[in-house]
Amino acid sequence: MILSSLTKKIIISLSGLFLLVFLALHLVLNLTAICSREWYEAVCEFMDTNIAIKLMVPVLVLGFVIHLAFATAFEFKNWAARPRELKYAVATHTKGVSWSAKNMFVLGIVVILGIVLHLFNFWSKMQLQGFLGNEEENAYDLVVNLFSCKCFVLIYAIWIIAIFFHVQHGFWSAFQSIGLNNSKWLPRLQFLSKVYAWIILIGYLSIPICFTLGLQCS
Amino acid sequence: MAEIKLDSKIPSGPLAEKWTRHKAAIKVVSPANKRKMEIIVVGTGLGGASAAATLGELGYNVKIFCISDSPRRAHSIAAQGGINAAKNYQNDNDSVYRLFYDTIKGGDFRAREANVYRLAEVSNLIIDKCVAQGVPFAREYGGLLANRSFGGAQVSRTFYARGQTGQQLLLGAYASLNRQIAAGTVKSYNRREMLDLVLIDGKARGIIVRNLETGEIERYGAHAVVIATGGYGNTYFLSTNAMNSNGSALIQCYKKGACFANPCFVQIHPTCIPVHGKQQSKLTLMSESLRNDGKIWTPKKLEDVEKLRKKQIKPSQIPEEDRDYYLERRYPAFGNLVPRDVASRAAKERCDAGYGVNDTGLAVFLDFAEPIKRLGRKAIEERYGNLFQMYEKITDVNPYEEPMQIYPAIHYTMGGLWVDYNLMTTIPGLYAIGEANFSDHGGNRLGASALMQGLADGYYVLPNTIGDYLSADIQTPKTDVNHPAFEEAENRVKARIEKLFKIKGKQTVDELHKKLGNIMWEYVGMARNEKGLKKAIKLIDELTKEFWTDVLVPGKNGDFNQELEKALRLADFLEIGKLIALDALDRRESCGGHFREEMQTEEGEAKRDDANYMYVAAWEYRENQDPKLHKEPLNYEVVKVSTRNYKN
Amino acid sequence: MKFTLKVWRQKNAKSKGRFETYKIDNISPDTSFLEMLDILNNNLVHEGKEPVAFDHDCREGICGMCSLYINGRAHGPDDEITTCQLHMRKFKDGDTITIEPWRSAAFPVVKDLVVNRRAFDQILQAGGFISISGIVPDANAIPIRKEDADESMDASACIGCGACVATCKNGSAMLFVAARVSALERLPQGKIEAAKRAKSMVQKMDELGFGACSNTQACEAECPKGISIAHIARLNRLFIQAKLQD
Repeated sequence: MILSSLTKKIIISLSGLFLLVFLALHLVLNLTAICSREWYEAVCEFMDTNIAIKLMVPVLVLGFVIHLAFATAFEFKNWAARPRELKYAVATHTKGVSWSAKNMFVLGIVVILGIVLHLFNFWSKMQLQGFLGNEEENAYDLVVNLFSCKCFVLIYAIWIIAIFFHVQHGFWSAFQSIGLNNSKWLPRLQFLSKVYAWIILIGYLSIPICFTLGLQCS
Repeated sequence: MAEIKLDSKIPSGPLAEKWTRHKAAIKVVSPANKRKMEIIVVGTGLGGASAAATLGELGYNVKIFCISDSPRRAHSIAAQGGINAAKNYQNDNDSVYRLFYDTIKGGDFRAREANVYRLAEVSNLIIDKCVAQGVPFAREYGGLLANRSFGGAQVSRTFYARGQTGQQLLLGAYASLNRQIAAGTVKSYNRREMLDLVLIDGKARGIIVRNLETGEIERYGAHAVVIATGGYGNTYFLSTNAMNSNGSALIQCYKKGACFANPCFVQIHPTCIPVHGKQQSKLTLMSESLRNDGKIWTPKKLEDVEKLRKKQIKPSQIPEEDRDYYLERRYPAFGNLVPRDVASRAAKERCDAGYGVNDTGLAVFLDFAEPIKRLGRKAIEERYGNLFQMYEKITDVNPYEEPMQIYPAIHYTMGGLWVDYNLMTTIPGLYAIGEANFSDHGGNRLGASALMQGLADGYYVLPNTIGDYLSADIQTPKTDVNHPAFEEAENRVKARIEKLFKIKGKQTVDELHKKLGNIMWEYVGMARNEKGLKKAIKLIDELTKEFWTDVLVPGKNGDFNQELEKALRLADFLEIGKLIALDALDRRESCGGHFREEMQTEEGEAKRDDANYMYVAAWEYRENQDPKLHKEPLNYEVVKVSTRNYKN
Repeated sequence: MKFTLKVWRQKNAKSKGRFETYKIDNISPDTSFLEMLDILNNNLVHEGKEPVAFDHDCREGICGMCSLYINGRAHGPDDEITTCQLHMRKFKDGDTITIEPWRSAAFPVVKDLVVNRRAFDQILQAGGFISISGIVPDANAIPIRKEDADESMDASACIGCGACVATCKNGSAMLFVAARVSALERLPQGKIEAAKRAKSMVQKMDELGFGACSNTQACEAECPKGISIAHIARLNRLFIQAKLQD
């Protein structure tokens, strides 16, 4: 069955909203690392063992896969509608069009690459090892080790900035796509979108910054 | 060709019952037979789209032709102000009779009583239909429909959708048309221009069209042909008509034996943006609805005029006592809302007297300062926002702060193909609806009545009356486009195109068209006289010769060729131009949009001559000689014919 | 005023186009952009060259026939305007002006600056109407909230010019579809088929090779009638409703 463009978009939006919730949750958990090693380890222990969380893991993976797959299909259709040979010779910036909005797919790719790296850095050394029956590495140590390397801090910063831009458009856009918007709510949602994106940016960036500068309390 | 005898076929009986009785008396075609019948509709404006949609709904097979890329581009879309109907929703003592009477009077007693009464009668159905189609008419807070006033009426009966009523009504008709296209009853042929009418055994059986994208000449057959191609205002080059609006379909029908009625009745609209220079191709209309609130004036003192022209003062600086609100002065009862012809002539009178307010001396003010003060800027913005914006885009003047400048321009043509009560021309099976026919507006059309007439013809009149004609044709098989009549017509069209390419002259089509426009505006414009008209006829003859020997048409036929399109149209405009002049010369009276300088009162008001000119002038084409005039006398059974008086 | 014009010339849909440069002089600032092109064409005809094909009709900003991508903007360098309403005073003397056709896979070029927008008709034929015929109830039988009628009118102001498609990086016609769907949905008469209409029109849009909406808001910014993307949200809502009813 071929899904209509709008169905795809709605699926992208719903999965996107789900991922936004995950992103916020993940941030709260991460921030404990700045506060204390014990809290962080407790949180990791909880995430590792709680049955509800365990059940959510495949759902989360599915969320990512769906979001990515449909966004790719969506993007291909749009490329076909405006192929390279139909680009304008003179292009100006259209008023009110954000950079994020125009580059969602590219931003998405950067985000995915970041996730792959992130999985390699943490998940493969923790949950994967546990799954394979090996000893899991200590999460807090992993964080400390990782951010001792400046280049990783930089890569993480780029990744988070990409998430920031992606989310800044994605947040309100998801509501628009599922029809939860009107002319009154449009500016409000766009404002909330910015607020959310900034929280994500500052929140996630604060961790590598704190660890690099040694500001964490442990 | 058989001798033409005009038979208006007006049904007998009391005026108010004519249409009902007629509908009961005429024949209908059964649904099974409708499926076998084909009808061609040329034009997709309010008349054409509504007719095609309704005929499709009834079950006929319809082919509709459009010169643009989509039916929605038709120029009905540009109508701004509104549509009249005798709903009497405002309880201001309106009625079918009053709308009928206002229209007859507004038309200066040169329209048929029976047609106009029918128009007023079906006007109410139109509003119902449009609302059901989803036309977003303006509403009051209580949810009921709002109305406004228009020129020539003392009641509030005009329904409107901001300043875009024509657009909304056309979108309604176009939506109905699309529904039928989807249902398969209507086939739409876009970017096709009709270049000839095909007659078989004296009946209209098809058309020859040029595919404007490919240049191919195509043939289409049917049991009947409906012309809904609008008016011929572009004869004057500068007009408010769209660039592609043309009179070619009318001329082709005329040359095949359809009489052309009252060509000299051309409406000059008082509120257009003045001409700015020689490079202009098109004039822009500012809706008549603006006259609801706007006040028209010129300065009282010539020295103020001088200063205005030199841009030493702004119009808003001229004090109230130095302004001449000439319409309110001359016509106290109707004031700024006198009919269009009266308002146009009054503007010309002021400008001729030297009071024109711009550097060309051809403009008067339309001022909103007083209504903005009285009602607030927001109220004015709500009523006319889009018009004000349009004015500012074009002129770079903000009409909320300084008055608009306006001047009369060619807008609408009351004349058109002669039709009987059934809207059939003098050619059997050939119908003309909307602006393309002459039937309802007499010598002058009232504002907000064009939309009404187009839709009345298309939704309610033609779909009924055409059945009467087709009922005799149910045994007739589909028209064979290989018939020699098609061959001959196609060859003639091709030869004409070839001829145009071969001339390879020195003047472009636009240059020649501008010349025609100048002749028309100068001698056949707002004020006409015998000497001028005779001169115009001579000049047009010369120009026609010039055209056929010196026009330069680039490119080739088998291609998208806009210059060729324009050349073909101009050839026909030249013929219409001459016809307008001939008719204007014949009608030695001042009546509606036709003003003969020889015929005016001492106050400069129009002087009609009912004893000699109470007729419809229907012109029959004759090859290589002047057309023959047929007269259809107008009998007023109900209305008492009087001099139009908008003073008290 | 004096201008250098870089105009896209293309014989037909199949051939490859290219830019041609023309000089034009003695243009009054009060001349409209299309009048300037009329003058250019008149000159070209005299020079024995083929005039530039471009679409235009009413020249009052309402028929939606004129198009043109001028200096990187649909309908040229002004807001809420059609090309026919654009005047040369918006340019500086001596400017170079690049004129391109609407570019989108769904709008093939017919010739030069003329594109084929038949796809818009086809989308509307898929459901952009209220299915009524014959004699209908009195116009005032159903009162309609003024706010609803006004909103319907806002959406119905769409002139079908295609600037939204031309501007959208995805070549999407969502604003066009949404305007029609929303205009009809705001009225009780149009509500009845609203969800079904939304679904079938979106399906048709997909079929015809338009892209999908990614909420960039470019369409809204370049729409000559200022139609809001809020209408797209309504379309989305109706679409979901239709899907849930399936």
